[in-house]
Amino acid sequence: MFMRKRSKGSQTNGQSVPTPETPSQTLDPIEIPPGDVLETLLLSAGGPVELSSIEAESDAIDRLRAEGIELVVPLIGQGELLGALYLGQRLSDQPYSTDDRRLLGNLAAQVAPAMKVAQLVREQQAEAKERERIQQELEVAALIQQTLLPKELPSINGWNVDAFYRPARAVGGDFYDFIDLGNSRLGVVIGDVTDKGVPAALVMATCRAMLRAAAFNHESPSAVLADVNNALVPEIPPAMFVTCLYAIIDTDVGGVVFANAGHNLPYVRTADGVIELRATGMPLGLMPDMGYDDKIYELSAGDIMVLTSDGITEAHNPDGEMYGFSRVMGRVAAITKNDDMVNSLVGDLERWTGTEAEQEDDITLVVVRRTASAEGSAAVFHTDGGERLLAEFSLPSVEGNERLAIEKVSAALAGFGLNATRLERLKTAVGETVMNAIEHGNDNDDSLDVGIRVIADTSRVVVRVTDHGGDKEIPEAATPDIEAKLAGEQTPRGWGLFLIGEMVDEVNRVRENGSRVVELVMNREGEA
Amino acid sequence: MMSEEGLETIVQVNGNKAVVGLSGTVNRGAKEKMEAAYVEASAAPGEIVLDFSRVDYINSTGIAVIVGVLAMARADDRQVSAFGLTDHYREVFEITRLADFMNIREDASTAD
Repeated sequence: MFMRKRSKGSQTNGQSVPTPETPSQTLDPIEIPPGDVLETLLLSAGGPVELSSIEAESDAIDRLRAEGIELVVPLIGQGELLGALYLGQRLSDQPYSTDDRRLLGNLAAQVAPAMKVAQLVREQQAEAKERERIQQELEVAALIQQTLLPKELPSINGWNVDAFYRPARAVGGDFYDFIDLGNSRLGVVIGDVTDKGVPAALVMATCRAMLRAAAFNHESPSAVLADVNNALVPEIPPAMFVTCLYAIIDTDVGGVVFANAGHNLPYVRTADGVIELRATGMPLGLMPDMGYDDKIYELSAGDIMVLTSDGITEAHNPDGEMYGFSRVMGRVAAITKNDDMVNSLVGDLERWTGTEAEQEDDITLVVVRRTASAEGSAAVFHTDGGERLLAEFSLPSVEGNERLAIEKVSAALAGFGLNATRLERLKTAVGETVMNAIEHGNDNDDSLDVGIRVIADTSRVVVRVTDHGGDKEIPEAATPDIEAKLAGEQTPRGWGLFLIGEMVDEVNRVRENGSRVVELVMNREGEA
Repeated sequence: MMSEEGLETIVQVNGNKAVVGLSGTVNRGAKEKMEAAYVEASAAPGEIVLDFSRVDYINSTGIAVIVGVLAMARADDRQVSAFGLTDHYREVFEITRLADFMNIREDASTAD
C-alpha cells in the first residue's frame, strides 16, 4: 500500500503492508510519483487494475512487477489519487475474480474518504505547529531586540535626545544605541541588520556588543566601524550584513564626528534649511579590512540631527509608491521650533502608508536636538574670538601611545574646520611631539604621563604637549642631511623635530614648573 | 590603549623587478622586516617597488627605516620606487626629500 502525502512539492510518502502471500513480509513503500503514467491509468480506471493488463512502462510499474504485484486498487478522493492497495498473487494461486475486484473496489471507495479526512487533519496539525513555531520565533526575536535597545534616553544639559522604534510583525534587525563615552562625549548608533526574525536579532545583539566594546577602544568612529567590521566578518552568517552609522557628539561644543557603513545618511535641520551629512562606506560584515572615513559637522544651538532606518524611506503607500528620502527631508524641513520631530515624521508616514497596511519593516528614528550651548562649556567658549578648550587628557609614557594621542586630538577637532590636508599635518606633528615626550622627556617611564591640551579660538588651534623633562635640554630642529644618511655617514634617524617644524605653522618650546611644553600652532586657514 | 599593529611584507618578483607589498605601520619596529624584504626583493635583477597602499601610519622612525633601505639600495646601485602613498605621506616624502631618491608613482599601473 502507498499513501500519498499532499504537499507543496512533489514529495510522496509510502507505507508498506504485508502481502497476502507472505503475511510476515513487508515491502518498501512503492510510490507512484505525480504524473506517472500509472497514476493516469488508475484515475481513469476508477477501480482495481491488473498489472498484467498494463502495456505502458514506468519506474513505478516496473517496481510493482518486480515485487510480484498483480492487482493495484486505487484510493481516489475528489478526483485525486490518495494512495493505492497493492496485492500479490492470491494464496489459492487462482486469479482475482470479478467478485474479488468488486469487493476491493467497494473497500477502496469506503477507505478513500477516511484517508482524505486523515490527510487533511495531518496537514492542519502540521500547519498549526509551523504557525506556532514562527510565532515563537518572532516573540524571541522581538524579545532579544527590545531587551537590547536603550531603556532610557540620554539626559544632557543643552540637548534633547529622542528615539522611536516600532518593529514590523516579522521583526527586522533595526537597532539604535547611546553610549556615554565620558568627557562630554556621546556615541550615537543606528543600524539595520539584513534579514528578519531570530537570525537578524542575534546578529544585531552581536553587532551591538562589538560596537560598545570598540567605542571605548578607539577615539574615532571610522576606527570603531573598521574594528567591528573585522570582528563581524567571521561571525556573520553568509548573505547577511549590517548597515550602521556611528556618530560621536561633543556635547560641550556641538562637534559631531561620524562615519558610515552603508546606512541612510543623517539629516540636519539648521537655521538655513536641511542638509544631508554625507559619508560612505561598505556595510559591516561583508568583507574584511574595509576603510571608513571620519566626517565632521558642528551642530549649532537649534540644529536638529535626524537619523532614520530604511523602514521609513522604503515604506509604500497603497499605490506602491515609496515614502523616499525627499519626503523625510521635507518633513524635517517643515518642522517648527516646538514641534515633536518623532510624532511629526511617524504621523506623516502613517498617513502615507494608510492605517490598514501592515508595516513592512522595522521603523527606527533617532532625533538629536541641540537646544542651547551647554552651561558647562560656557566658561571656555567665547564667541568673541576668545579661546575654548576642546580636549584635555594625559597618557602614560608607553611606546605607541602617540597614536592614541593622534586619535583623541583628531576627534576633539571635529567641527573646528581644519581642512583634511592641514588636519593630517597636525596629526603627524602631534604624533611626533608625543613620541618625543614619551622617549626623551619621560625616558619611556610608564609611571610618568604626557599631558595634552587642545585649545582653539576662531582662527587657530594650539596643541600643548607636556612632559616631565623640565631639566632636559630642548633641542632645536635642524634640516637632516639625507645625502649623508644615504651615504652611511650619518645615522638614518633624526627626522622627528624637522617634521614637526614642517607640519605646523608655529612651534613653541617652553619650560613650565619643571615640565617641558611644546606648543603646536595650526592656523585654521593657510596654505593647502 | 592603541596597540602597535606592526608591519607585514610580501615580496613578489615580477620579471626584472620586485614588488614589496607593505601592510600596517612603518615605524622603528618595521626595520627588520623591511630589510629582510629588501634582501628578498634583491633576487630580482632590476627595480624594487615599494607598495604603500596598505600602510596606515608612517612616523619619523619609519622614515629612518626607509632611509636605511634606500642606503642599502644605493650601495647595491639599485633603483627604488614607491606607489600607493596617501596625499599626506606623499607630502611627507617630498618634505623629507625621500622623493628625490625614489620614484613616487600614482599607482601600481604607473609603477609597471
